[in-house]
Amino acid sequence: MDAVAKKRVSIKVNGVEHSHQVEPRLLLVHFLRDVLGLTGTHIGCETSICGACTVMLDDTAVKSCTVLAVQADGADVMTIEGLAQGEKLHPLQEAFWECHGLQCGFCTPGMILTAHQLLMRNPKPTENEIRHALDGNLCRCTGYQHIVDAVQLATKKMSRNVAGSRQKTKGNRHR
Amino acid sequence: MPVSKLVGARIKRREDPQLIRGAGRYVDDVSLPDTLHVAILRSSHAHATIKSIDTDAARQLPGVVTVVTGAEIKDQIAPLPVSGGNETLRVPRHDVLAVDKVCHVGQGIAAVVADDRYMAEDALDLIRVEYESLPVVSDPEKALVPGSPVIHSEWPDNVAFRSEQKQGDLTKAFKAADKIVTQRLVHQRLAPIAIEPRGVVAQYLSSDNELTVWSSTQIPHMLKSHLAKMLKLPENQVRVIAPDVGGGFGSKLNVYAEEALLAYLALKLNRPVKWSEGRRENIQATIHGRGQVGEVEAAVKKDGTILGLKYKVIADIGAYHQLFTPAIPPFTGLMLSGCYKIPAIGVEVAAVFTNKMSTDAYRGAGRPEATYVIERMIDRVAQELNLDVVKVRKKNFPKPTEFPFKTATGVAYDSGNYQLALSKALKRSGYEKLRRDQKRLRSQGRYLGIGLSTYVEICAMGPKGMWEYGKVEVEPTGKVTVLSGASPHGQGQQTSFAQIVADQLGVEMDDITVIHGDTAVVPKGIGTFGSRATAVGGVAIYKAAEKVKEKARDLASHLLEVDSEDLNFSDGRFSVKGVPKKGLTIQQIARQIHAAQNLPKKLDPRLAAESQFEPSNFTFPFGTHVCVVEVEPETGRVEIKKYVAVDDCGKVINPLLVDGQVQGGIVQGLGQALFEEVVYDEHGQLLTGSLMDYAVPRAADLPRLNLARTETPTPVNPLGIKGIGEAGTIGSTPAIVNAVVDALAPFGVTHIDMPLTPQKIWTLCQATKAPRNRSVSRKS
Repeated sequence: MDAVAKKRVSIKVNGVEHSHQVEPRLLLVHFLRDVLGLTGTHIGCETSICGACTVMLDDTAVKSCTVLAVQADGADVMTIEGLAQGEKLHPLQEAFWECHGLQCGFCTPGMILTAHQLLMRNPKPTENEIRHALDGNLCRCTGYQHIVDAVQLATKKMSRNVAGSRQKTKGNRHR
Repeated sequence: MPVSKLVGARIKRREDPQLIRGAGRYVDDVSLPDTLHVAILRSSHAHATIKSIDTDAARQLPGVVTVVTGAEIKDQIAPLPVSGGNETLRVPRHDVLAVDKVCHVGQGIAAVVADDRYMAEDALDLIRVEYESLPVVSDPEKALVPGSPVIHSEWPDNVAFRSEQKQGDLTKAFKAADKIVTQRLVHQRLAPIAIEPRGVVAQYLSSDNELTVWSSTQIPHMLKSHLAKMLKLPENQVRVIAPDVGGGFGSKLNVYAEEALLAYLALKLNRPVKWSEGRRENIQATIHGRGQVGEVEAAVKKDGTILGLKYKVIADIGAYHQLFTPAIPPFTGLMLSGCYKIPAIGVEVAAVFTNKMSTDAYRGAGRPEATYVIERMIDRVAQELNLDVVKVRKKNFPKPTEFPFKTATGVAYDSGNYQLALSKALKRSGYEKLRRDQKRLRSQGRYLGIGLSTYVEICAMGPKGMWEYGKVEVEPTGKVTVLSGASPHGQGQQTSFAQIVADQLGVEMDDITVIHGDTAVVPKGIGTFGSRATAVGGVAIYKAAEKVKEKARDLASHLLEVDSEDLNFSDGRFSVKGVPKKGLTIQQIARQIHAAQNLPKKLDPRLAAESQFEPSNFTFPFGTHVCVVEVEPETGRVEIKKYVAVDDCGKVINPLLVDGQVQGGIVQGLGQALFEEVVYDEHGQLLTGSLMDYAVPRAADLPRLNLARTETPTPVNPLGIKGIGEAGTIGSTPAIVNAVVDALAPFGVTHIDMPLTPQKIWTLCQATKAPRNRSVSRKS
């Protein structure tokens, strides 16, 4: 097994630019966890089935256990650590908390980011649409019901936020 | 129990803010400077002699620090431990790495230690093992047949142990019967599949002479004791930390080879070592559950009265025992009476070695098997006698006034009202209308099925040595520290235990910290399993808090200069009777006595108390689940149309957490009924080695569950709580299978073995022209 030359990758993660020499075979999930120390992204199956390692890669939810770090060169990645605005939790995070959408918490970061992708594409999903959107993320603790509840609650929170910010904009204009 | 404010309240968890931000800390997140990474070479053979192992090339690979084999370490690490079992138990030596023979696919043979995981895995490919194949036996029934290959040559056959329980007059029962209903039932092997695979980090600090092992475990204290024994170290030199644990379901209620191996390597190399289990390893080398094949006979009267029950079962334990392997099949016998009065019961267990991974405790551990046996049999009896399944159940229930109710299997059910849970579930599900719909739809060629399961299970392990430890201390700052030996893995005890203490001491939840999972901080403990954490661990904490309150009363009496009888206590404050303004809160007392130098001798200046609670009996949660399915004969697809569960776990500390446990439990039971099975072929090769082949339930596989409760407190503990961790799994599997069999009644189906895959159902429906009343049981 000859050593393969390392390659430099530059990846923006949660808004911060990172540049490192990596082996071409290094998985994105290992880059995030072991090189950057962002351990919120978990590894559950290494085969793209369980979804625990889901991250946003240029606004698309991907399973980072089957993406190479070199494939993400030049990309913009968001992990669970990048979802909250400082102390302010994202509505999905609030909703998972309020609805008891997690028990052991291991699938949760991937589950939240997959739900985030769904709500980006479909801000008002039906229960059936939510269940299908989460089909690539396994949870063994909750039986999914509280997760579905959480996504529904987040939908409401986000539409309120949007309505709120629209009203605010309107108010400003009037002034 | 006093009037409470927090116990019984739907409070969101205190664990969550970290976890939803990705700031949890699981074993794989533990990162120590200078860590080496371990990868394990596992057997590709199910049964073979190891002729030689050549590790030279692997050792020479850059980045590899060392390679160890079984032969090199067998004298350094004692074999893996086994608990329980009777006098017939045979315990084959189970080394941490195989020495001269492998007995199942996935058994560890050698370990590579390298600078990073990629290098370690590269080196695995360079290890050459010369095997000589031995005949394989993977089917537990065949393993018992004379002439079958024998796995452990110390003994003449593959029997791991036998047990027999008989109570009541079986001969009389079977003589008096109008009918004898028989059924063969297969409980397929399952993989627990915690989403976090196992993982171990070990570090030896020679300066402190302390070995620390971080493990994804449900039982840090038991693990500590076992590791100390296996490595011949004093217990005070071993510290085990269970950080955040990503699900367990019994699979982390064990002592595994990798835990001892990593501890050994840390000592030997004097550097931190880390191993993270891959999912393929997890399915090969983490315990499996279930794995029983049995023949049931029920002696019944025409009116549905059950006179007697016989169960002859073969338990497939795999190649070796793991920690609690011998304890699981006897649990099935213990709970075989279900929630029925059955005067005579006989159980014969033959546990056999096979060339497979060990079975051990998986959510329910012996009780799902018992419940499945009795609940399937109730439906079979109803079918044979042409009675409604509800009627047969009601006919055999004990009355609520008959508790404590002694079964013919030798246990005393603490409390129960099976009629109430059943009638509530029937009402919620609209049972009568469902039966009418079923009739109507059948005439249109649509197959609706209604399945019931009226279960009872055994919880709160338990009497005879299964105590739990709790400590409560009000610190000088007024903050409260709670220690618990029940180390959770998702159950939310930081929340529920704080609720118990907040109520008892009248302090704010925010002032309470619950600590668990570190043997250096929590002096002793047993762990979280068997739905015991709250019903045993929570009660220990309740009792410790009670003691703290009594100590505070004595101190208040001293500080306020009144007799303790002249003090009232409410909302965390002792006040003088008749002078309500004169008083002190528990937190103020803690502050004041911290500085007090001249307390009377009889007063203990620390507001702290410990408790080691051991219940006098188990608890017996129960309930009724109703499942409605529609089966599509053209495709074999099962759609769950409705699921109603009425569960009774006694008093509830936090309904939100109880709902979560029930929902998760039901879906795990659904996995067994419809999708899951660990399959080995006749060569002992694992055919379901990834999540692509081993199907666990997904969000779209089920509808919204309709949950309700009844509340029958247990007299076994002062909080009246029974436990809820496994009830969902125990109750759901038979309800779903009963529903599918009910749907297929027009096809003459009386039984199908799990998992009820579309292929099995389709095949069955295709054969509908064959004579009716055929049972489709897997014959091997």
